[in-house]
Amino acid sequence: MDSTQSCGCSCTPGSGSLPCGCTQGKKETPGISTATSTITLANRFDHFLARWGVNRMGHTVRPGLYRLGNPDAGSPVFASANYTLSFDALRSALAGVDAYILVLNTNGINVWCAAGKGTFGTAELVRSIEWSDLAHVVRHRTIILPQLGAPGVSWPEVMRRSGFRVEYGPVRASDLPGYLKNHTATPEMRSVRFPFADRLVLIPVELVHAALPTAAGALILFFLAGPLAALAAVMAVLAGTVAFPLLFPLLPTRDFSSKGLILGTIAALPFAGAFASNTTGPVWMNAAGTGMALLIMPPVTAYLALNFTGCSTSTSRTGVKNEIFRYVPVMAVMAASGVLLGILLGLPGWLGVF
Amino acid sequence: MFDSYRVNTLRYYPDRCINCGMCSRVCPHGVFVPGSETAVLAAPVSCMECGACALNCPVQAISVQSGVGCAWAMISAAIRGKDMDSGECSCGGEPGSCCGTALEKPE
Repeated sequence: MDSTQSCGCSCTPGSGSLPCGCTQGKKETPGISTATSTITLANRFDHFLARWGVNRMGHTVRPGLYRLGNPDAGSPVFASANYTLSFDALRSALAGVDAYILVLNTNGINVWCAAGKGTFGTAELVRSIEWSDLAHVVRHRTIILPQLGAPGVSWPEVMRRSGFRVEYGPVRASDLPGYLKNHTATPEMRSVRFPFADRLVLIPVELVHAALPTAAGALILFFLAGPLAALAAVMAVLAGTVAFPLLFPLLPTRDFSSKGLILGTIAALPFAGAFASNTTGPVWMNAAGTGMALLIMPPVTAYLALNFTGCSTSTSRTGVKNEIFRYVPVMAVMAASGVLLGILLGLPGWLGVF
Repeated sequence: MFDSYRVNTLRYYPDRCINCGMCSRVCPHGVFVPGSETAVLAAPVSCMECGACALNCPVQAISVQSGVGCAWAMISAAIRGKDMDSGECSCGGEPGSCCGTALEKPE
């Protein structure tokens, strides 16, 4: 696993956009780069693009050891991921602190996700400590990790293999100034929340991912069933991608899918009403429209809501699997019945029977 | 009803606990809290099976089948005929892993 072949970053010519920190052998020690605590306009633009999912894997920092301020052999060492949002949160929180930052190679993925996958993990941490020659840069043997790196890191293993003691700092880098006063974190600093602002920033990337299939679906519906049906499709998706994250804690029940079904039904009600009160077409046609809105919109919203589990901060794999097995069949049956209803009742109309 | 998260794979063996306090330090949901003799399993249903406590417990007093609770990853894996539990499609893997939504939260 060590040195020569374990460097995970992309060294193949043509595939990487940034200069890669890989070395061919163990002997060659990379230099220490310099970082500041200033977040520039260019950094903010990069964060903006990352939030919109533009060049998703490209928001990377070169892995390796960084000097922040004027650190000496007694200065603290912090570990981070090579994702710009992670690295920038850390360096800006450490304004005025002389420290070293060891950036692990997580393929441009944030600390928590990378830890879940194991790329922000024991092996990469030990490798980075050895490769950066950290033991000769600092006198002490402590490295401060973000708490959310813990799902990938085993501190006894890191200690055994590198001699470094892992200290888990707070969840959020912004709590570091408080934490560093006596190196203890309050229960508040140790807990993950999912406040409005954190949910808000996730919406753009949800929208971007849903945009193309939604546009295609709305276009097809526009020609098959008219503008109201096309609008209904867009509204079902907006309910799942925008309203769901915003209203998340307010929606009743614990499961994401049931929350989504409730929200989707609320979104469907105006359309069901509009179809029902339509005075122009035949009655059975309006009934079909109402039925379709109530049968198809809720499962669309619920499916998007279910897929939001990965963005949330509290779902267990066991629970999500339960949700999939419980609700996906319900969603499928509802949507299929709605479509069938549309075909059965809409077909004579399209064929010009009436 | 409407709560799929009541059961999970977290198991705690307090007789092995040496009260080092590491589990309550790494848990982001207050599942473990410090106690006088041993760590206390205070909120088992809040566990998200991230595995941090078990991995950092020096005496294996905690076990959990850790994984990422991401429906997108599991459904993507199922569609591609892969093991839903393998985490192959979750974020944080190789570039081009099939999960489309990154959990872009922590620092």
